[in-house]
Amino acid sequence: MEERIILNQKKIDIILERMAHQVYENRIDLSNTAIIGLLPRGKAIAEAIHERLCRMSGMKIAFGTLDSTFYRDDFRRSDKPILPTAMHLDFQIENKYVVIVDDVLYTGRSVRSALNALSDFGRPLKTELMVLIDRRYNRELPIQPDYVGEVVDTRAHDKVKVSFENSEKKVWISTKQP
Amino acid sequence: MDQHKTTVKRLSVKHLLGIKDLTKEDIEQIFATADEFKSILNRQVRKVPTLRDMTIANLFFENSTRTKLSFELAEKRLSADVVNFASSSSSVSKGETLIDTVNNILSMKVDMVVMRHPAPGACAFLSKHVDACIVNAGDGTHEHPTQALLDAFSIREKLGDIQGKKVVIVGDILHSRVALSNIYCLQKLGAEVMVCGIPTLIPRHIESLGVKVSYNLKEALQWCDVANMLRIQLERQDTKYFPSLREYTMQFGLTKDLLNSIGKEIVVMHPGPINRGVEISSDVADSDQSIILQQVENGVAIRMAVLYLLAERKD
Repeated sequence: MEERIILNQKKIDIILERMAHQVYENRIDLSNTAIIGLLPRGKAIAEAIHERLCRMSGMKIAFGTLDSTFYRDDFRRSDKPILPTAMHLDFQIENKYVVIVDDVLYTGRSVRSALNALSDFGRPLKTELMVLIDRRYNRELPIQPDYVGEVVDTRAHDKVKVSFENSEKKVWISTKQP
Repeated sequence: MDQHKTTVKRLSVKHLLGIKDLTKEDIEQIFATADEFKSILNRQVRKVPTLRDMTIANLFFENSTRTKLSFELAEKRLSADVVNFASSSSSVSKGETLIDTVNNILSMKVDMVVMRHPAPGACAFLSKHVDACIVNAGDGTHEHPTQALLDAFSIREKLGDIQGKKVVIVGDILHSRVALSNIYCLQKLGAEVMVCGIPTLIPRHIESLGVKVSYNLKEALQWCDVANMLRIQLERQDTKYFPSLREYTMQFGLTKDLLNSIGKEIVVMHPGPINRGVEISSDVADSDQSIILQQVENGVAIRMAVLYLLAERKD
């Protein structure tokens, strides 16, 4: 197993700052914007973006998490258990600008399920997708991100892992030796 | 909700035949999943598409209102296709056997069977002979696992935890599948259980299950944190177990005066249907201490969780 770190703490912090600025630049007025982290792993990144946006704008911006377990398309097809994580979405998304945040965009299937889950909560004015890592060339659905931290080219059997503990943020690719 | 963190594990069983077969981890997994379903039931869109390619048959060989409605609603909230069957309007009355009835229904490509049957063990028997996932919705005087799960879930919701709590089950323990399932469930979760009632309605050797026995309702109420009042099953009283309903009510009916006299606040439960004025008086059933309607609400979430977790095991 070969492991290669592609983003370290410093680079991740710069990327988060940049993506938050991009959202701020696009919206300017953030009063009608909501940041929603996709569970389980998009939550920490969404929190980091949310914290930066609140700081930049001096406003209190709506924040929530979304669990799309019951909307997945691999129910009864996956070898791993598919179990839900507790979510919190205690505001109306109707007519809001929603940015959904995830760690890695790979096949696009979890984003598809998240969009379905989101639509059960209301009809946002606009929904955008932010990801820390975009594994292009691996998409199985026509889904593209609006805000990208880093684009990586990987083969299907590579794994991209994100660790987002406050003490040490890092992203690495692990490759199985043939 | 965060304090009940989900651990990623599958259920250890293929069918839900009784609480006896479940592990503590299974029950906790069902609760954690039910928490999520409960939040879905409080949303504007109370439906998820998860079981949309599954068909579930509800076979009720015995009357039921609450359980049947609750299962049906749970199935529909999960987007499953549902077929209902009641023995009174079926070929069972023409002499068809249980396996034949069920196999006929399964040949219509049914994935899961929710069954209530008057014979104890009917669900276990069926699980050995047909190729579908079986959920026991009450088998005679044996078990009623989803009722016990929703009772324990409601206690956990009200008191925060079940570990170390004292629960008394009052009434017709002898004929009650709810009592047996509750005893297994509460003990697995670390609660202490007492049964209380008229001696003729308490099974002999019930102490071997590790429960305390009391024949005095006031003493039992003073001991407990939660009182689960069972219905006097008038339809199963083939022998006279007590002289009259009035005498039973005088000794074992839960009234407001009795509740006020024990000097502490306890939680009152009832699995329904209530015989108002027999095992529980109306003012207690409708009081703030009673969580009877929360039990019904939680029933749908618990049944959704059970169906989801059993369906999730693709074997």
